[in-house]
Amino acid sequence: MAQENSKVSILTNGIIKENPVLRLVLGTCSILAVTTAVSNALGMGVAFTFVLVCSNIIISLLRNVIPAKVHLPCYIVVIAGFVTIVQMVMQAYFQSLYTALGVFLPLIVVNCIILGRAEMFACKNSVVDSALDGVGMGIGYTLTATLMATLREVLGSGSWLGFQVLPESLPKVGIMTQAPGAFFCFGLLMAGCVWLEGKLDARVERKIGCQPLKDLQEGEDKE
Amino acid sequence: MIVKLAAIFFSMILVNNYVLVKFYGICPFLGVSKKLDSSLGMSGAVIFVMFMATAVTFPLQIFVLDPADLGYLQTIVFILVIAVLVQFIEIFLKKYMVSLYNALGVYLPLITTNCCVLAVTILVVDDYGADVATLGFAAAYIESLVCAVGSGVGFMLAMCLFSGVRTRVEACDPPEPFKGLPITLVSAAITSPYFMGFGGIVENIFNVTL
Repeated sequence: MAQENSKVSILTNGIIKENPVLRLVLGTCSILAVTTAVSNALGMGVAFTFVLVCSNIIISLLRNVIPAKVHLPCYIVVIAGFVTIVQMVMQAYFQSLYTALGVFLPLIVVNCIILGRAEMFACKNSVVDSALDGVGMGIGYTLTATLMATLREVLGSGSWLGFQVLPESLPKVGIMTQAPGAFFCFGLLMAGCVWLEGKLDARVERKIGCQPLKDLQEGEDKE
Repeated sequence: MIVKLAAIFFSMILVNNYVLVKFYGICPFLGVSKKLDSSLGMSGAVIFVMFMATAVTFPLQIFVLDPADLGYLQTIVFILVIAVLVQFIEIFLKKYMVSLYNALGVYLPLITTNCCVLAVTILVVDDYGADVATLGFAAAYIESLVCAVGSGVGFMLAMCLFSGVRTRVEACDPPEPFKGLPITLVSAAITSPYFMGFGGIVENIFNVTL
C-alpha cells in the first residue's frame, strides 16, 4: 500500500507540489509564446508531454550505460530524436497547429523542464517512476498553459477554444494576445500562486533557472 | 546591400527583439539580469555563440542537409553542433584567450540550453535560405550572420535595460505576493509595447521592405 502511495505521489508531484512552470519556474519561453489560444496551449502540452515521457523512459533505461562525462549531449540527442518525431507527425496530420507553434516546436529540445527532469529524476529512478514523473510534469505544464491561455483568449479574443463566450458587444483587450499580455498574465498568475501559498502556509522559494541544477548552483556561487 | 544589412540589423534589435517581443531566452533574461556586469557577460557570450553557431549551421543546411534531402534532421544536427561548439569555444578560450575566458567563462555552459541560439540558427535558414537561389550564397550568408549578431545585440539591450529596471524595482515596495519575479514580469509587460511601437520605423528609415 505504501508503495502505491509513493507512485501516486510521484504522479501528483508535478501537478501541484512541484509544478514545473509556476513553482520551479522552468520552460518559461514556450509558456509565454504558445498561450495565445487554448488550442495552441493544448497542442503544445500534448507534444511536450509526449517528448517528456518518452525521453524520461529512454534515459532511465540507459541510466547505467551513459557515461557521466558526456551525459548532457546524450540526453540532448535522445530528446532531439523525440522532438523530430513529434515535428514529423504534427506536420503530417496537424498542419495548422504546426504552423501556429512554429519554431517553438523544435525549441522543445532546449526546454529546461525536460533536461531538468532527465538530470534530476530519470537518471536516478526506475523506468516506471520516471514515466509517471513525466506524465505528472506534463499534466502540470499542460494545465498551467491552458489556464494562462484561457485568461488570454477570453480577454483578448472573447472566445474559448474557438467558441464565443463573451458577448460581441464587449470590447476586446487585444493586447492580451500579444507579447505584453503574455508577460502580464504570467506575472499575475505567479503572484496569485504566491498569494495562495501564503494563505496555505506553504511558501516556496522561487529560483529561476533554465539550466541543469548543478550549473545554476555554480553560477550562484560565483556571484 | 549595405542599407539592407543595416535594416536587418536594426530590425532584429528593435522590432523583433528576441526577449521582449519573440520570447526567446526568457530564462537567462529572468535569471541573470539582476546586475549590469553579469548581464553584459552573459549577453556577450550569447552574441559570440550565436554568431559562431550561425556561421557553422547555415552552410551546413545549404550544402549538406538540403542537397541530401535530410531537412528533417535539422533539429538534431543543429543542437549537436551548438553543444559541440560551446564546448570547443570554452576549451579554446581557456587555452588561448584567458582574459576573455575569465569574463565569459561562467556563462558559456549555460548557453547550450539557451533557446536564443537554437532559435536563431533555425530562423535564419527559414528567412534567408531562399535568398541563396536569388542573391547567391555569399550574400545570403552575410545576411544571416548580420541577423544573428543583431538578434544577439537585441538580447543584450533587453538584459541591460532590465538590470537597471530591476535595481529600481527591488528598491520599491510592491505588494507581498508580487515581490521578486512577478513584478519583473509585469515590468517586462510594460516595456514590451515600446518595442512593438518600433515596427515600421526601421523599414521607413532605410526605405526597404524586409
